[in-house]
Amino acid sequence: MASRTIIPFGPQHPVLPEPIHLDLVIEDEKVIEAVPSFGFVHRGLELLVGKKDFHQMVYIAERICGICSMIHGMGICYGIEHIMKIDVPERAKYLRVIWSEMSRIHSHLLWLGLAADAAGYESLFMHCWRIREKLLEIIEATTGGRVIFGVCKVGGTRRDIANSDIHGILITLKDIEKDYQNISKVFRDDYTINHRFSNVGFLSKKDAFELGAVGPTLRASGVSVDMRKTGYSAYRHLEFEALTENSEDCYGRCMVRVREIFQSFNLIYQAAEKLPNGPVDIKVTGNPEGEYFTRLEQPRGEVVYYIKGNGTQNLERFRARTPTFANIGPLVRMLSGCDLADVPVIVLSIDPCISCAER
Amino acid sequence: MNMNQEIKELKENELISNVSRLFKEGYRLVQISCSKSDKLQLDYSFDKEYFLLNLRLFLSLENPEVQSITDIYWSAFTYENELHDLFGIHVREINVDFKGNFYRIQEDAPFLNSDSIQHGGKE
Repeated sequence: MASRTIIPFGPQHPVLPEPIHLDLVIEDEKVIEAVPSFGFVHRGLELLVGKKDFHQMVYIAERICGICSMIHGMGICYGIEHIMKIDVPERAKYLRVIWSEMSRIHSHLLWLGLAADAAGYESLFMHCWRIREKLLEIIEATTGGRVIFGVCKVGGTRRDIANSDIHGILITLKDIEKDYQNISKVFRDDYTINHRFSNVGFLSKKDAFELGAVGPTLRASGVSVDMRKTGYSAYRHLEFEALTENSEDCYGRCMVRVREIFQSFNLIYQAAEKLPNGPVDIKVTGNPEGEYFTRLEQPRGEVVYYIKGNGTQNLERFRARTPTFANIGPLVRMLSGCDLADVPVIVLSIDPCISCAER
Repeated sequence: MNMNQEIKELKENELISNVSRLFKEGYRLVQISCSKSDKLQLDYSFDKEYFLLNLRLFLSLENPEVQSITDIYWSAFTYENELHDLFGIHVREINVDFKGNFYRIQEDAPFLNSDSIQHGGKE
């Protein structure tokens, strides 16, 4: 038997924008076991419920992560609105969908850029981020922020998008989609990318389900679970299907994201077409008393918020289980038995967001 | 909003049998969380076809202890190590035990010892 060596991977590594550490137990070039550890950037944001009132906690939730901020804000709002039995105006529901899907597109484009870079395609990386930049300009024009949107509030949204602006936004989005069409072909058809990601980071359908994987990591193993299908916000009025792949590897996870970008464009077009007129918020009085588990679909997968109010301005408990945290177990399983050279690609394939996982 | 969910309270000795049953019935482990009040409230959340079932049990604040479910749901070790590191709960027979080093934080069980997590002030 070959001798075993432990190689530390992270917290600093070119494929890791954020710190996570893995102890890789290797035998020759094969990874026998991967042991993860966290805590380099743990902020204890959940404890702030004792110091910030429930309106302020929406801002805190948005700052859990710079990429999924919109849906974090929306998640805590949903939970509180459900507890307080607040019926959010229809227009606000559609606006939330539009901004959520913009958030998904910019997150996936960011990941595709990183994936291209990891495969050695620097120009493709730059093209992905060039397109993403155009989308961020729309987000900035409609929300005032590029990554922290700050538009969700309990009872609706803080901002509206004027009907007269919608037409121009759709024209720009269609241009972006056309541009993206060319880039997506490279991910779909290029031999090198296919060769780098295929048959790497295998996660069977059974394992993905039993290990509690979420998002593209779960759907790339052929499991059709997408929290948007629960119909929250205005999703119940829109037509879409959970996108799955059956290759159960890194290439499948890449393809799910490539296809989900087109789906998000389509959802925005549908929402814009059906956007009703009317107010975007209602006045909120009183304090939340009760508890609720909210589940939404982040770009990285299902996110869960447990919200408990006790009738005061401060929530008693706010807990966020983020998709990256759920995908750590599946990641450990994927790494067992892989080649050492494939570790960076496999880690990247779950789209790790450590600031989410550490909250 | 179509988010069906149910909370079912259990005693600690009923946890493993209930989790085993859910595993056999094809439920996916969604999360495990803890909340502190005058007791520790543990929620084990499971999903099947978008229905969320929460198994809830309560532990005392002094020497809280619970049996691991990692024999059934292997990947629960992340949640259980989190319970240990943030709330000081001793999880028995956990498959991957980081012994307090899962989160590299300065303080032991900060969520157990902090008063700020409960009973906010203003009415």
